[in-house]
Amino acid sequence: MTYVIVGSCIKDDSCIEVCPVDCIHPRLGAPDFEAVEQLYIDPEECIDCDACVEACPVDAIFADFELPEKYDYALDLNGQFFGERSSAERTAG
Amino acid sequence: MARTRPRVAIVGAGPAGAFAAACLLRACGDAEIDLFERLPTPWGLLRGGVAPDHQEIKRLEDTFDRQTLRRGCRFLGNVEVGVDVSHAELMRHYTAVIYATGAQTDKSLGIAGEDLPGSWAATEFVAWYNGHPDYRDLEFDLSARRAVVIGNGNVAADVARMLTLGARELECTDIADHALEALRESRIEEVIVLGRRGPAQAAFTSAELRELGHLDGVDTRVDADDLELDPVSRRWLAEQGTFTARTNVELLREFAARPARPDARRRIELRFLRSPVDIHGTGRVEAIDVRRNEIVRADDGSLRARAVDEDSETIACGLVLRSVGYRAVPLPDVPFDERRFVLPNERGRVRTPDGAPLPGVYAVGWIKRGPTGILGTNKRDAEETVSCLADDMAAAALRQPPNPGREQIDALLAERKPGLVTVAGWRAIDGDELERGRSEQRPRVKLASRDELLAAAAATAPSPAAAGS
Repeated sequence: MTYVIVGSCIKDDSCIEVCPVDCIHPRLGAPDFEAVEQLYIDPEECIDCDACVEACPVDAIFADFELPEKYDYALDLNGQFFGERSSAERTAG
Repeated sequence: MARTRPRVAIVGAGPAGAFAAACLLRACGDAEIDLFERLPTPWGLLRGGVAPDHQEIKRLEDTFDRQTLRRGCRFLGNVEVGVDVSHAELMRHYTAVIYATGAQTDKSLGIAGEDLPGSWAATEFVAWYNGHPDYRDLEFDLSARRAVVIGNGNVAADVARMLTLGARELECTDIADHALEALRESRIEEVIVLGRRGPAQAAFTSAELRELGHLDGVDTRVDADDLELDPVSRRWLAEQGTFTARTNVELLREFAARPARPDARRRIELRFLRSPVDIHGTGRVEAIDVRRNEIVRADDGSLRARAVDEDSETIACGLVLRSVGYRAVPLPDVPFDERRFVLPNERGRVRTPDGAPLPGVYAVGWIKRGPTGILGTNKRDAEETVSCLADDMAAAALRQPPNPGREQIDALLAERKPGLVTVAGWRAIDGDELERGRSEQRPRVKLASRDELLAAAAATAPSPAAAGS
């Protein structure tokens, strides 16, 4: 499983602060941080610890199996975000 | 040497002011902070801007409350700095003053007919449906069949959504009662949203755009022809476009491919590459003329809209809401950059227009950086300003104000502002609104006039349990 951030994210960085494995992207100070409209959890790195859920001031983070129906899109979008990022890294590398 | 307890006034209790107060308390736990606010209620656009159907975002108010007012930061509401108390007076009472006044007016279109009755700034409509006391008496004529929204940002998306949501969806929000009543009677069936540039350049977040396409009983349409990207946009999207821009174009293609829904209650139509050129009507808005644009790359590399020809198309409508950006207004007795519409500043330290420092004066939020970013952007912005302030305090660069006592500013305010709303007053308003909300199964029922707000603030504050906070 993984946790997933939905579109009501306000990019308050409380989740980044508490994440023990730094799996929430972009990281603070990353070049694309201000350009993205929300933050994303890397499902490959997430350890399902729940810390970000507690920290989020607008309740925008859910476990994938508890994702409300209206946010069905969020898992795919998350996948696309990391898909683009890794291909960008490959191109850059 | 013992350091004196810093006293800081923050002017404006919106998200930027609240993040600054929270951040300052983290950086400097003994700071005495007074949060000045023109309205009797705190949290600025979180209360008066964020759309009523986005209640989850309004939960941020609990965090603001916990991190500021519940940690000893004072709320001084219904006080207008520059009117009730001057900048010079604040400087005599505080070690530092942080301006967090936002961007209070909208940009105009600069076209004929913009001032006709029926043509409004979207922000006026937003303030009205959100119960901002200064906008309560506006009367929006919702009797025409069609409305036109000009602009492609999230405010444009918000107002298009508010015009098309059903009464049942509005009833479970904290929309102002006067707006709920008017929108129940609305006869608007179609909202046309015009973007000056193309679908790839639309400023909507994809979250807002997606929502616009998934409203109950609303047929959201885009003409597939409008989504044919020109070569300049196609290249830009592939090489420089953001993830949001690519997601938006994909969403729009999805909308365009869906079969029409003739049974829909209302329609939203998104049209791109259109600029308004003239709003006209006899005594009130009856139609708007729009002209087609194309995308060209400007010398600075940015993608701009350029009119294709002189022919225009006329769209009959009874309501026009323009949402083409915000603009800050100058504040009395502090410098203002008339070109960028911000307080001239360096990382939050305010300077005179010729670059000289103004010790003890800071800026945060839209008045510092211009109207960009989303709610959380203000957190990083506040951290930058507060770190400058903390550095200045550590370097002893701030002078001790001549009247440093809390009781001194309190005495001045008591004399100037009999209707001052303190934290207790705000808790009374909040408790009253939440209680009304509970009895109607709504998150909150707002008191939407200044008189009602002040009367609630003056009433005995309910017990903490009854306040439900």
